[in-house]
Amino acid sequence: MKKALIEIKDFSFAYASEKILKSVSLNVCEGEYISIIGPNGAGKTTLLKCLIRILRGGKGIIRLDGRFLAEYRQKELAKLVSYVPQGDGGGALFTVAEYVLMGRYPYLSPFTTFSAEDRGEAENALELTGTAHLAQRRLNTLSGGERQRVSIASAIAQGSRIMLLDEPTTFLDPRHENDVLNVIKKVNHNFGITVVSVTHDINHAALLSDRIVSLKNGNVMFDGPAGDIMDNRVLEKIYDKRFSFVKHPENGSLIIVPEVG
Amino acid sequence: MSRKTAVPFLFSVCALAVLALAPFIGMETIPLDSIINPVSGDTRAEIFWKIRLPRVILSFCAGAGLSVSGMTFQAIFRNPLATPFTLGVSGGAAFGAAAYLMAGMMISMLGLSGQSLSSFAGALLAIVIVYGLTRAKKGLSTATMLLAGVAVNFFFSSLILFIQYLSDFTHSYRIIRWLMGGIETVGFGSVITVAPFVLIGCAVVFFFTHELNLMSLSEETAISRGVNVKGIKTALFFAVSLMVGGVVAQCGPIGFVGMMCPHICRLLIGPDHNYLTPATFLFGGMFLTACDMLSRTLIAPAEIPIGVITALLGGPFFLWLLLGGSAERSILKQI
Repeated sequence: MKKALIEIKDFSFAYASEKILKSVSLNVCEGEYISIIGPNGAGKTTLLKCLIRILRGGKGIIRLDGRFLAEYRQKELAKLVSYVPQGDGGGALFTVAEYVLMGRYPYLSPFTTFSAEDRGEAENALELTGTAHLAQRRLNTLSGGERQRVSIASAIAQGSRIMLLDEPTTFLDPRHENDVLNVIKKVNHNFGITVVSVTHDINHAALLSDRIVSLKNGNVMFDGPAGDIMDNRVLEKIYDKRFSFVKHPENGSLIIVPEVG
Repeated sequence: MSRKTAVPFLFSVCALAVLALAPFIGMETIPLDSIINPVSGDTRAEIFWKIRLPRVILSFCAGAGLSVSGMTFQAIFRNPLATPFTLGVSGGAAFGAAAYLMAGMMISMLGLSGQSLSSFAGALLAIVIVYGLTRAKKGLSTATMLLAGVAVNFFFSSLILFIQYLSDFTHSYRIIRWLMGGIETVGFGSVITVAPFVLIGCAVVFFFTHELNLMSLSEETAISRGVNVKGIKTALFFAVSLMVGGVVAQCGPIGFVGMMCPHICRLLIGPDHNYLTPATFLFGGMFLTACDMLSRTLIAPAEIPIGVITALLGGPFFLWLLLGGSAERSILKQI
């Protein structure tokens, strides 16, 4: 049994009176690629935001790398966990290079500016995501797919062991979707970064991730190997709907096909 | 040298030139010779040292402080029209100072004048109100935010009117004249009252330039990159209140400087606060010094209140910001 890098136990979170997460327990091991699926409003994004402390005040236990979440200072937390929000749209006038370099913020000490090492890390992240040629472009001139890869580059520059992604491929055309998924795969395979990705794309989740966790109404509904999700007994409980499957011509794994008519 | 470094460098050269030249210019130009070799009985040296020079330094301080405050607000609220003036913080500061004037008190604490302190308190109160409004309604649009600012402004101007109503004639006149905004000073007294507020406030902002960059992206991104958003925002709100309070107490609510200067600088060098902050500090200082020069020369020997000049320049600029450009290129979306 590998060591759990993220341990969540009986965790709940409420906005005002509305309970979004009821009782979530979940372990993620170092180097795993986990997809979190589930219907809208299940609490997927809320869970990610609690892990990076954008949202505070949840009840229960979250431990990262053996330490309680509350013990981390924000900069320490950022060195361990990075976050790629959904449709990150701010900072229109910054150049890609400036933006990605900001990922190095947790390594800055007071009264200093980014070092040569920081710049090197930022350049590597641009290379890795295939966005080096965009370095001098302003963010507001990028396409959706480019923007998403640049967001991931900034998270890579952060040099953390865990990367949280919130619907990284929503709104992307198939080619850009593919580019982004390849980048995430590379981050996980080549660098051993633990990936937790929220998605609505069950097919890609099953094909790419090691494990799938499904949330519904603030509870964990399913937690198991990615292949096991392609089963109507499981999916019906999550989505209240049955699906049709076919075998993928390349590797024989099941994939969901759209309904006819 | 890239534009990002060239512009602040150029601005510092210009700022030195402006600071050196401005005291010579006025109703009567003072020749350099009369300063270097003062003849006894010549009042010009005295005018230079005791009136013009402090006034130039004061207007530079005020302009720098207001501009850096505006830049900070624009970054924190991620809104190009969010400045201490538009959001009613100047109004709050003015109310604080007017209340102090009415009471006719003369208090000072730790060497800081009571008027500045009560103006600081008013600014802080306004920030708490505006910030509370933005928190209560998450994702406040530009329009709602400006309306909230208008409401806060109305609230404080009504309070100021009420104070005027209660005051006797002399106090009331002092308040009206001061509300128009003006840089009048005799000796270095008022420079010493304003400068610490501006310098401390700016020092705080200069310390947090990296954080301002991240917060101008989005609060969530800033947190996930390790910024302690809550603490730093509180520190920056204090810094802005200090600057606005300090300046408004002495010079009145001078409008639009805090909105125009950061925008002009941003157009020149982009949004990186590591470079934008020094540029805005210098440009704001130069700008208000120039406005003050106009204010004392245009209809000399009379003076136009400086607030009138900045408002005459700022009004059209504000409209240009609101209406200018096509929808995508509109400056409103470019922060």
